[in-house]
Amino acid sequence: MNPVQYRRAESVEDAFPGAQWRLLGGGTNLVDLMRKGVEHPAGLLDVTGLSEEIAASDDGGLVIGAAARNSAVAAHPLVRRRYPMLARAILAGASAQIRNMATVGGNLMQRTRCAYFADAAGSRCNKRAPGSGCDAIGGFTRYHAIFGASPECVATHPSDMAVALAALDARVNVAGPGGTRTIPLAEFYRLPGDRPDLETTLGADEIIVSVAMPASPFAGASAYRKVRDRASYAFALVSVAAGVTLRDGVVDDVRIALGGVAARPWRALRAEETLRGTRPTDEAIDAAITAELASAEPLPGNEFKIELVRRTTVAVLSELRGTPA
Amino acid sequence: MSRVQNAAISSVRTVLGWVPDRWLPSGSPDPLIARQQEIGRPTSRVDGPLKASGRAPFVTETVLAGQTYATLIHSTITRGRILRLDSTAAEAAPGVLLVMTYRNMPRLGIVPMASLTNLGAAGNSALPIMQDPEVRYNGQVVAAVVAETQEQADHAATLVEIDYAQEPAATRFEDAKAGARTLTSILIERNHVSVGDAERELRSAVHAVDNVYRTPRHNHNAIELHGVVAAWDGDALLVHDSTQAIVPTANALASLFGVAKEKVRVISPYVGGGFGGKMMWDHQVVTVAAARLAGRPVRLRLTREGVYRIIGGRSPAEQRVAIGADADGRFAAMIHTGYSVMPPYGRFPEQYTLGTRAAYRSKSFEIIQRHVDLDIVPNTFMRTPGETIGAFAVESAVDELAHVMDLDPVELRLRNLPDRHPLSGQPFSQHAVHQAWTDGAERFGWSRRQAKPGTVRDGEWLTGLGCGAGSFPYARMPGANVRLTLRRDGSAEVSTAAHEMGMGTATVQAQHAADRLGLPLEQITVTLGDSALVAAPIAGGSSQTVSLVAGLSAAADDLRDELLRLAGPDSPIAGLKAAEVRLADGGLVSVADPARHDGYREILARAGRDEVTVTAAGSPPLEMLKYSMHSSSAIFCELRVSAVTGEVRVDRLLGSFDCGTILNPKTAAGQLRGGMIMGLGSALTEETLFDERTGRIMNPSLADYHIPAHLDVPPIEVMWTGIPDPRTPMGARGIGELGTPGVAAAIANAVFNATGKRVRELPITLDKLL
Repeated sequence: MNPVQYRRAESVEDAFPGAQWRLLGGGTNLVDLMRKGVEHPAGLLDVTGLSEEIAASDDGGLVIGAAARNSAVAAHPLVRRRYPMLARAILAGASAQIRNMATVGGNLMQRTRCAYFADAAGSRCNKRAPGSGCDAIGGFTRYHAIFGASPECVATHPSDMAVALAALDARVNVAGPGGTRTIPLAEFYRLPGDRPDLETTLGADEIIVSVAMPASPFAGASAYRKVRDRASYAFALVSVAAGVTLRDGVVDDVRIALGGVAARPWRALRAEETLRGTRPTDEAIDAAITAELASAEPLPGNEFKIELVRRTTVAVLSELRGTPA
Repeated sequence: MSRVQNAAISSVRTVLGWVPDRWLPSGSPDPLIARQQEIGRPTSRVDGPLKASGRAPFVTETVLAGQTYATLIHSTITRGRILRLDSTAAEAAPGVLLVMTYRNMPRLGIVPMASLTNLGAAGNSALPIMQDPEVRYNGQVVAAVVAETQEQADHAATLVEIDYAQEPAATRFEDAKAGARTLTSILIERNHVSVGDAERELRSAVHAVDNVYRTPRHNHNAIELHGVVAAWDGDALLVHDSTQAIVPTANALASLFGVAKEKVRVISPYVGGGFGGKMMWDHQVVTVAAARLAGRPVRLRLTREGVYRIIGGRSPAEQRVAIGADADGRFAAMIHTGYSVMPPYGRFPEQYTLGTRAAYRSKSFEIIQRHVDLDIVPNTFMRTPGETIGAFAVESAVDELAHVMDLDPVELRLRNLPDRHPLSGQPFSQHAVHQAWTDGAERFGWSRRQAKPGTVRDGEWLTGLGCGAGSFPYARMPGANVRLTLRRDGSAEVSTAAHEMGMGTATVQAQHAADRLGLPLEQITVTLGDSALVAAPIAGGSSQTVSLVAGLSAAADDLRDELLRLAGPDSPIAGLKAAEVRLADGGLVSVADPARHDGYREILARAGRDEVTVTAAGSPPLEMLKYSMHSSSAIFCELRVSAVTGEVRVDRLLGSFDCGTILNPKTAAGQLRGGMIMGLGSALTEETLFDERTGRIMNPSLADYHIPAHLDVPPIEVMWTGIPDPRTPMGARGIGELGTPGVAAAIANAVFNATGKRVRELPITLDKLL
């Protein structure tokens, strides 16, 4: 670990310290990576003093300040009432101690848990050192992607919260020296392509201010199911965030986002499209997710995720269809 | 017979000539078995309040005057040599006092390799430590940086530049099998056992199973990281260490650094978990050497990753188990062979077949272990070495046979229980395995089990019940010295250089001393954890408790003799011989006439003594020569498997144990439950991700190496027969490791019962059940 400077940001305007600095939320990921020699910031700008407000918006939605702690979001009455899927996703992640520290902005910005990425001392990684190669390919790929990977990088994004946010059509409000803008969560993360080191569409000098969610019709019929190697404190092998509304027994609208399968929360748009307007029988759900999985490209060692995604999605949606919207 | 027993017996044979006879197996059982007062009570641990309030001192909290801090640098290659090592920038970094490499490391020999009974040795690796530029395994220590603060040392370590010349490394288990070695013996136990023609018996058996079982590497994950603080004062060396081998470490350091044994003191009052991983490894040697070079006290605490890199764990293994049986299920053939890893510079053969030799009767046996050599940190003891993975294979196979025969698996086991050791013919010292099974089955509700797999379902969850047997050999170490001081105020102190690793050693020995001396528990103090105390063997092989009981018992005999001498002609017991008195009710009492009693206070007062001190060693463990001595378990499991995801959720575990006298039901239950949780981890989650392309461990953290989390651990019930072993001190046998073996098989067998899927490769992760 290297010596670093540290200061607290007093305002958003104060939070553009320059390229060699990193913004510090709860530090539950960044500090670990600094210790491992993966991250080498010149300084840490602590942004936990910025907005942690969780407030209803006029359109029936919710705006969550980037500095809100994960545990506070999961426990907030409005979150639990309007977006139970989000509360469940957050509570499925990490441990109570980590959730008490972690912030919403930091959660979105956390890095992959690929073991080869984390092993700065002994493994090659194109994300960590562009052009150096990828030791994950041909190695342990249990937590790696089946969608949208590239020969350069097969890492996944580890967040549970972001999967729910993707299903909820959340938007990320960001600010930079030039002003503010809004990025749909679906466009917030990049797929690796030949630049796996570029993970988000956030500008180098931009900061996440808040996450906004529109009013959701899925509050009553939504779920987050996480499948993992132990009952708690493990990253998702696969997770499914889903919501569905029915009209006369037919799918009126549906959202399906998958975790643990790609470098970003994977909106199963093809499956959603296939399901809209159909009666959500087991067969129909199966056909829809199977259509989505047609584009999956598993690695040696994670082929099981195809079947796991299929089964878990069918289980989640078949349960939801029985729930009144 | 286990390697622990082997080692003990081997040394018994050598010391028989000069240790006085006590505790002969032909002698009568320990009289205290029948006179338990404090023993058998669920006394809370005496160290509990200290630990709960954070006041128990652990090694790395030590701060000596002028103390400095060290950080290790680990090799990132597996095989090769250091071509270039530039420490210029590190040496110039703030606070740095020393960068130690093979170039300036003091020239040292090899750490004497541990054997359980050699009080002069505690090493796990015969490789030189930073003596040359050679790299023999991935993660090997190649440099240490010492600075004024830990942060400065950590930072400077990142500035050391090292270039390596890589050489081909042996890292693939499957490839290395071709060159496997077949040791003549596993220590002094014969490796190859062949009784009858087991292959032929198997072919002609009415019922047979023949399968291969695979278990992965495991790493040690004691909650307390390994730590050392070393300080030289001239040629005197003080070492604070987290160790389960206090005296052997002190002696090994003395011989390694060329100083007299009396000059080395190792202090280790509390150890935050040992499990076999806290013997001597490179970190103690590096720290002591750095302290010598720096001329200042040095503290080193391994990082969690560092523990994975330089502390060995459990070897991976591939075991074949084949059982042939007649129409009634009586075993005609028992074949148990396999491969595990043991590099030539290691010493621990992972004795997974040893439990098989005593578990069941069979008309024929074929047993042999083979060892493959890989370029790895040497494997070592890990709680219940051998038995943990051996029982998984054998007890899975027994379950498979029961299924083939359509016979209840408990019944199949009962039909094959031996009444004496199946190979040696020796009698068991005590062996109520049948009762452990039947009591356990009844308490668990085993009769509810549906024999046909996959038939009990609750929503998406398939429910199953399974069972498995475990065993662990009794071992008692010679060389357990106990110093006993009786004071005029009627209090007593028991002291010995033994280990408190969280298992309740001080508590249980205080209970024992209270009963042995006839004193109230509050009057007893137990002092452990310092090589300046009288010598004790390592805490290993579940042997410490009975070894100390024997030592204290011998000391109590000496105390009795001394008090008889001091009592004088005015004593109510004057004229009685040693055999005619015993220690009871705070004094000496006539066995024949309990009215004749002389109190300790009175004896010491009359003799004008403030205290009496005696020191004695436990008798040689001759009982192990004459009897087959094993503790046993019957483990039961109820679990659910998601038919959707393959996730396994264990709902209940029950362990029914036959392990002699339970000295303290509270600490014993904790030990057994903890062992069972390790078994649960081995069944479902634990696996070292060793990248066979490179020889590097890829999950060196508690986030990525999955031990069970709280949510994975179900209610665990433990019970015991409680039948004393007439051949052991207090009737007790060690229980530190007994909880683990059998659990993985019980879980795998329950998974089969739930799903009809037989998983023969641990851990049972969900992808194996999809």
